[in-house]
Amino acid sequence: MPHDHHEHLSPSGHPFRADNDVPLTYWQAMEIAVRELLIEKGVTTAAEIAAQIDTMDARTPSNGAAVVARFWTDPAFRDAMRADASVATRAMGYDIGPMKLIAVESTADLHNIVVCTLCSCYPRNLLGLPPDWYKSRAYRARTVREPRSVLAEFGVVLPASTQVRVHDSTADMRYIVIPARPAGTQDWTQDALAALVTRDSMIGTGLAKSPEALA
Amino acid sequence: MTDENKDFDGRRWHDMGGLVAGDVPRADHDFALWEKRVDALMIICSSKGHFTVDGLRRVLEDMPPASFEEMSYYERWIMSIAQNLVEDGVITNAELGRRITQVEGRGLTYGEAAHE
Repeated sequence: MPHDHHEHLSPSGHPFRADNDVPLTYWQAMEIAVRELLIEKGVTTAAEIAAQIDTMDARTPSNGAAVVARFWTDPAFRDAMRADASVATRAMGYDIGPMKLIAVESTADLHNIVVCTLCSCYPRNLLGLPPDWYKSRAYRARTVREPRSVLAEFGVVLPASTQVRVHDSTADMRYIVIPARPAGTQDWTQDALAALVTRDSMIGTGLAKSPEALA
Repeated sequence: MTDENKDFDGRRWHDMGGLVAGDVPRADHDFALWEKRVDALMIICSSKGHFTVDGLRRVLEDMPPASFEEMSYYERWIMSIAQNLVEDGVITNAELGRRITQVEGRGLTYGEAAHE
């Protein structure tokens, strides 16, 4: 698995994505073998696999940002999210499947942060696939032990008066953080507000951007 | 009780919440096609009832602790998916082994081996 490809930059200055033209590994051969056998046995089709990848690629943190912006501006939706976030987000077209989704609201006095200490559970329907650090030993181990230190590594330094609440996800229950709404955005539209909502602010390792930061 | 068990504190290796660890590594990577395919196979096979996310995790958690450091995330996943499919009777170890050997004989890169 080529995790060391970052020194090879494309003409645009970005690392090349690990793709088809890398030396075959044993585990990649196993993926090809399993996939071919499943197709030959009629369990799935190449088209179904491609469609599933398209569905996954279409899930980005912009889904979650739209939910947060609506939460900030639409009192009926806020009530629905507090009552049952799985149902409320499904109605927006972001189906979480059989899992339970809980929205946790951050304020000036309370900061929420989400981890999965046992594995990598994450609200994929709203944020896409989790970043590598979310699955790392350090994040999983330390977030429940010393959340303020972890937050500081992400550049989030909270006053001692702000309570920090850590939520540990499970296979069946996922959390999304509703970050505190930035000051100076009273008359903003949902679309404009959504641009302030970062992926990390919905995990709790970041805050929503201020209007000044966006400018 | 063996010697290895006498110091067991009730916590298996994957249960790492609260342990001491270093800085959070911030490097991230976009997922390669083969990794996305592994993820898709998990979603498809579980949605069709061949195994559950609990089955996926059982095999992951039964791997030796070094697997977490030595194998990447989706490398562990494809190993677990294959094991679960064998247990469900969808594939056999023998046919999987034969097919892996065939795949490895097709070329030196993922693209060649996948016929793409």
